[in-house]
Amino acid sequence: MVKNISNLGDAAVYCDFGSEVNETINSSVIDYFHHISKLIKDKKIEGITNLTPSYNKLIISFDLAITNYKKIKYFIEGLTIKRDIKNNNQKIKIPVCCDDEYGLDFLRLIKKLNIDKDKILEMYFGKEYFCYMTGFIAGMPFLGDLNENIRCDRLETPRLKMPKGSVGITEQFANIYTFESPGGWNIIGNTPKKIFDDKNLVQPALVNPGDKVSFYQITKEEYLNWNE
Amino acid sequence: MNKAYFEILRAGVNTTIQDKGRNHLYHVGIAVSGAIDQRNYILSNRLVENQLDEPVLEFAYQGPLLKLRNGKINFAISGDIFFKIIRKNLEVEEGECYKSYFLDEEDQIDIISTKNSTYGYLAVNDGFDVEKTWGSYSINTKANIGPNNGKKYSLNDKIFIKKIDIKSPINKKINFDYSTDSIIRIIKGTNFDYFSKDAIDKFFNEDFLITNLVDRMGIRLKGPKLENIKNTNIKSEGLVRGVIQVPADGNPIIMMSDHGTVGGYPKIGVVITADLDLVGQLTPGTKINFKEVSLEEAQNIFKAYTEDTNRYLNECN
Repeated sequence: MVKNISNLGDAAVYCDFGSEVNETINSSVIDYFHHISKLIKDKKIEGITNLTPSYNKLIISFDLAITNYKKIKYFIEGLTIKRDIKNNNQKIKIPVCCDDEYGLDFLRLIKKLNIDKDKILEMYFGKEYFCYMTGFIAGMPFLGDLNENIRCDRLETPRLKMPKGSVGITEQFANIYTFESPGGWNIIGNTPKKIFDDKNLVQPALVNPGDKVSFYQITKEEYLNWNE
Repeated sequence: MNKAYFEILRAGVNTTIQDKGRNHLYHVGIAVSGAIDQRNYILSNRLVENQLDEPVLEFAYQGPLLKLRNGKINFAISGDIFFKIIRKNLEVEEGECYKSYFLDEEDQIDIISTKNSTYGYLAVNDGFDVEKTWGSYSINTKANIGPNNGKKYSLNDKIFIKKIDIKSPINKKINFDYSTDSIIRIIKGTNFDYFSKDAIDKFFNEDFLITNLVDRMGIRLKGPKLENIKNTNIKSEGLVRGVIQVPADGNPIIMMSDHGTVGGYPKIGVVITADLDLVGQLTPGTKINFKEVSLEEAQNIFKAYTEDTNRYLNECN
C-alpha cells in the first residue's frame, strides 16, 4: 500500500511504499502500476504521461496543461487495488555464456568473495529472480535477490563501455546491459538473447516488473550460433 | 516526382528530429526525449503554418548546413540563432529568427551558431517525412529510437520533407524577444532534508555555474559543494525532467529530456515546468541562482507561461 503521497516538482506525484527493498513492497508497487496503466488505457483518468515503478516507489508524471497534483493525488487515494495474480507476470529463461572472455570480473569476484568460479556459478544459476523494475537504460531489468554469498559492491571505477548483453551482479541484484553503456556492475557473462526489441511496439522489454527470471549456462559455441 | 529533401553538407554539433516527446515508456527505461525548449519548438511550427506537434529539426551550438533538393519549401528558425541563407545564385542573405522564409531548390541554409542559447529549431512547412516510433518522432540517441535509426544526423545524410512543392511563400513573423533569466525557480525535492543547513543556505544564496558538461541528458553545475548529512545514495527510483540530483561530490546535475529513467542520487529540488525551456537553453559559463516556490505558485507560473505562449501563437501573422 502507498504509505505517503507527495509531489515531485509540479508535474509528478511521488508515491512512497516504504523504505525497504523486498518482494512484498515491490509487488504492491507493481500492482498499482498495472492497475493505473489499465485505467489510463481505458481512458478512466486523464493527463498521466508516465508511470515509473521502482523498488519501493511509484512516480506518476502528468501533463500540467491537462491536470494537476491535487487531482492525481485524489485519484490515487481513491483506488482500491487488489492483488491480481493474472498480471501476466511471466517466467523467463535467459541463456548466459560465462567463458572468461565474457565474464569480465571473475578474477575480481573470486578475490573479493573468496570462493571459486564454479561455486559462484552454482549459486548464481541455482536461483529464480524477481524483476523489481526496469530502467536506467531501455529494458535493463533489476533482478533480486542474489544468494548472500555472492553479493559484492560496484566496481570502484565504472567501465566507460559495457558490452551489450553483459550480465552483471552487484549487491543483492543481477541485471543485463541491454545496450552498450557505461556501467559499474561486476560482469559474469553475456547473453545472446534479445532483451530489448525496439521493433516490438507492444512490449519492447523482454523482462518487465513482476516477472520471474532464471538463467541457464550455455557454451561459447551455443553463444556464437545463437539465432532468434 | 522525386521527394524534396535536405542534403546535409555539415552536420552541426547535435542535430536531431524532436517533437513533444514520447510518453508511457519510463517503466521500460525510455526517457521522454522531445525538444529541450518546448516553446520555441511550437513557435517554429506556427511560423510555417504547421500543426504545433509536427516534428522539427533541433540543433545545438553550431547547426547544420543544409541544401534543399527537389523542391521548394517555407521554413522558419526559432531560438537565438545566427544563420544565413545562401541562394543558388550565391547571393547571401542574413537570416532572422521568428520569421518564415521561402527556400528554392538548391538554396542552402547555413546555421552558423547559436548566440545566447544552446538549442535552436528549424521547421519546414508541412513537416519532415519521418517515421513515428511509439507515438513520437523524437530521436533518442541513447536508446537508438526514432528517425535516422535513432542517431544524430551526420554529413551527407538526407532529411526528407513531406511537401514536394509549395504554391506560395508564407510570410509570418512573431515579435519574440529572446531573453534569458538567471533565476531558476524550483520546488523542494523529496530528499531536501538530506542536506545540511549550510548546504541549503548555499543552494539558495550562492551562484552556480553551468559547466560545459551539458547535453540532452543533463546539465552539470559547479558551485559550492552541497554537503549531504544523511546518505549520498538512495534506492534507485524514478526521475523526471527538471530533477536536480546531487551525487556524492556535492555538485548538482539537472535532468533534461534524455535522462536515465531511474537514479539513486538524492534530489534537492525540481525545476518548475515553466522554467524548463529556459534551463535547457542556458549556455556553459552562465551563472544561475535557485529560488524556491511553492507548488501552488509553480502552477500559477505555468498558467502565465501557457498564456504567454498562446499570445505569441496568436500574434503570429
